[in-house]
Order: sequence, then C-alpha cells, then structure tokens
Amino acid sequence: MRELLVEHPFFADLDSETLDLLAGCARNERIGAGARILHEGDPANSFYAIREGKIALGSYVPGRGFTTVSTIGAGEVLGWSWLFPPYKWHFDAEAREDVSALSLDGACLRAKCDADPKLGYHLSQRFAKVMEARLGITLALLVDIYHS
Amino acid sequence: MIPRVHRVRERIQEQGDSVTLVIEPTDGEWKPFESGQFNMLWAFGVGEVPISISGDPSEPGRVYHTIHDVGAATHALCSLTPGEELGVRGPFGRPWDVNAAKGRDVVLLAGGIGLAPLRPVVYEMLARRAEFGHIALLVGARTPGDLLFPDELKAWRERGDIQVETTVDRYELGWSGHVGVVTTLMPLVAGDMAQTMGFVCGPEIMMRFGARSLMDRGVSEDDIQVSLERNMQCAVEQCGHCQFGEFFVCSDGPVFRWGRVAPMVGVREL
Ligand SMILES: Cc1cc2nc3c(=O)[nH]c(=O)nc-3n(C[C@H](O)[C@H](O)[C@H](O)COP(=O)(O)OP(=O)(O)OC[C@H]3O[C@@H](n4cnc5c(N)ncnc54)[C@H](O)[C@@H]3O)c2cc1C
Ligand code: FES
Repeated sequence: MRELLVEHPFFADLDSETLDLLAGCARNERIGAGARILHEGDPANSFYAIREGKIALGSYVPGRGFTTVSTIGAGEVLGWSWLFPPYKWHFDAEAREDVSALSLDGACLRAKCDADPKLGYHLSQRFAKVMEARLGITLALLVDIYHS
Repeated sequence: MIPRVHRVRERIQEQGDSVTLVIEPTDGEWKPFESGQFNMLWAFGVGEVPISISGDPSEPGRVYHTIHDVGAATHALCSLTPGEELGVRGPFGRPWDVNAAKGRDVVLLAGGIGLAPLRPVVYEMLARRAEFGHIALLVGARTPGDLLFPDELKAWRERGDIQVETTVDRYELGWSGHVGVVTTLMPLVAGDMAQTMGFVCGPEIMMRFGARSLMDRGVSEDDIQVSLERNMQCAVEQCGHCQFGEFFVCSDGPVFRWGRVAPMVGVREL
C-alpha cells in the first residue's frame, strides 16, 4: 500500500513515518464505469486518490438528471468533506470510466490527525492546495476564458 | 506592402461560428510561411484584419485561415464563397520557435480559436516526430459544439504518438471528453515538466491562466511561448497601432516568450 501511495502525486515528498500512518487507513479500490461514488448529503467517510480513469463531479438536477460540472482523473484527488464537520458530501460523483483509486478512510484519518498534529498539518496543507486550484478553475469558468 | 489578390478555393464551415478559408494567389505566386505567422486579410469594402495561417507549412500552393466571426471584417471574410476574391498582405510576424522544443517534451495548450494558430505547429511536429519527446495537445472550448477541427483531433489521437485531450466548460449530452477549463487537463500530462516547452494560444485571459498552470507544474516562464493579439493596421512596424510596452506585436511578435511579456499582460492600459 505504501508503494501505491508514493506513486500518487498527492502524497509526493511525504516522509516515511507519515506514509506509514496514511497506509494504515488506505485500501485499493476498483470502481466500474457508471457507478455512483458519492451521493450529495451522504456521510463523507473517505477520499479517493485516483490512479486511473475518469470521474465526473456534478449534481442531480430535476428533469435533467446527472449534470456534470467537471471531470477529474489520474493524479487527482476526490473529496475533502471528510475533513470538516458536518462530514457530508456537497455534490455527486460518478465513474465515467473504470476507475482505480486508493480510498482513504476519513474516520481513521481524523483519529490519526487528532493524535498526530504533524499528519493533520500535512493533509490540511495538501487539501488547501487542491481547494486553491479548484477555486482558480472556478474563477476561470466564471470569467469565460475562451471569450476574447 | 500592397495586398495581393487571392481567390477562395474552398470554404469549410467549422464549429463555433468559425470558417476556414482555403485561398490561392491569383498570380500563382505562393509565399512560404512559418508556423505562427499571420496575414492581413482584406475583405474588399469592409476592412483589413490580421488572421493567423492555420494550414500546413509544408503544403505549398494554398493558404488556410480559420476565422472566428466576431465583427464586421471577420463576418465579411467568413461570408466569402468559392471563386470570390480578397486581398492578402503577408506573411508577417515572428513564428513559434518550434526548433527550441527539439529533444524536449512539449505541451500545446489551445483555447477556443487558439487552436487555429497552433495547428501548423502540430503538423510540423508530427512531420518531424522523432525530434521531439512526448507531445501533449490540450484543447479547451466552451461547449462540444465550439470545438475546432474535431475530426482532425480524433485522427491525431488515433495515431498514438501525440496525446490529445479535449475539455469543455459546459457538458452536453453525448460528450465523452473532459469537463472543466483547459488547465484542468494539465495533470493528465506525465513527464518532467522542468524540461518541457509550452506553446499557449487563445484569448489573452486564457493564456494567462494557461501560462500560470504550466509554471505551477515546473515549466520555466522562458520556456512558454504565447501568441499575443493586438489591433493592427500596417503590420510592418510603421503605424504604432499594435504597440505593447516596448514591443510591436506585428514584428516583435505575435509569438513571445512568456517571461518577456508576463509583466505587461493584463495591465489595463497596454
Ligand atoms: C496576430 C493576430 C492573429 C490573429 N489570428 C486570428 C485567427 O487566426 N483567427 C481569428 O478568427 N482571429 C484572429 N485574430 C483576431 C482578429 O484579427 C480579430 O478578431 C479581428 O481583427 C476583429 O475584426 P472585426 O472587424 O471582425 O471585428 P471588430 O468590429 O473590430 O470587433 C468586433 C468584436 O470583436 C472583438 N474583437 C476585436 N478584436 C479582436 C481580437 N483581436 N480578437 C477577438 N475579438 C476581437 C471586439 O471587441 C468586438 O467585440 C488575430 C489577431 C492578431 C493580432
Ligand atoms: S501594426 Fe502598425 S506598427 Fe504594428
């Protein structure tokens, strides 16, 4: 498991002690194309470090069904709601292709972060970076970057 | 420089209110061009505008331009039909520095109509494929119906020696590509970004986001080439219309290294 974590960019440059802690909460998962991964409003119990495949993020809109807002893929992570109360998903996610991902158990991680603030710091920093990138993407969408 | 009369040989209706005109000089004297150069196209009675050459630099005889219908002159050009004539001056401008990417990995980042000025680079790199490392072409558009050259993108993807990724801002039923702005495709590119050469083309705001996302992944600002657009009139460094800080976009550009222009791009007065 530790080797798989090391291969994923989200866990790059973490020391071996931290990787060991994370590996204890991680497992390898395969998700078939079309499967719903996250349901809006459900408890956020984990996050996924995607190794392969494409995942669509979006919402179910009455009359329109699942409406994709963005897609993410290999090298990216899915889900940060497990980090903050009320630990519930704010959106839906569906596998668009067969997905291979490392899923990390939220409750397990939260307990380890409480016991080891260094781990909590590393994870919070990395998720803050993901959120910053997502905000940048949202800004780019709002300013309509293809419009001259 | 006096415009030379060209005749429309073919008119290809592209997606997203764009048209590719395939034109030929009426005097038969075709002028060679380099990837990234532009011509001043004169729609008689309407006006003259700079438009990049979107064809294959190794295909003599014809000149390709892909034009987005945004105003009076571009509309008149997009409305031309086979057999009709237009005036052409050029080619002008500093081209993409394709040779600077020799022996290195390449990321081509195109947004909207920006794929047109980059298409000659794709032709050139594929013709000289062995000289470059991994080549990734990342293309973004607002909707699937705005994506330029979809058949060609598919054909390139099927070759297997160039990574082609497409994304749209707004998902539509039947779209199987990615959803998100073009910079969200960056994580799909593997390899050592520190030795990658980036080519970015699209509206200026898109190039700002694009250059920043390349730098975030370790590409040096001097290894990023962008193609700037400014209003032009003479295209030969005479009128000052295209002045951009210390540069004339018509002759010092339109292709610049990001490191040289970054401080000025986005400054309202320039
Ligand atoms: C070096 C260079 C290469 C170019 N290559 C291409 C190309 O390959 N294909 C292509 O379609 N266009 C290209 N352009 C942009 C093109 O020149 C303009 O769209 C054109 O000048 C607009 O003229 P118009 O009379 O049709 O529109 P105008 O009546 O002048 O303007 C109509 C609308 O278009 C907007 N507009 C004006 N200038 C531009 C611009 N530069 N880009 C986008 N919108 C603009 C205006 O804000 C206005 O809203 C290039 C520009 C430069 C400088
Ligand atoms: S267009 Fe006249 S100086 Fe550049």
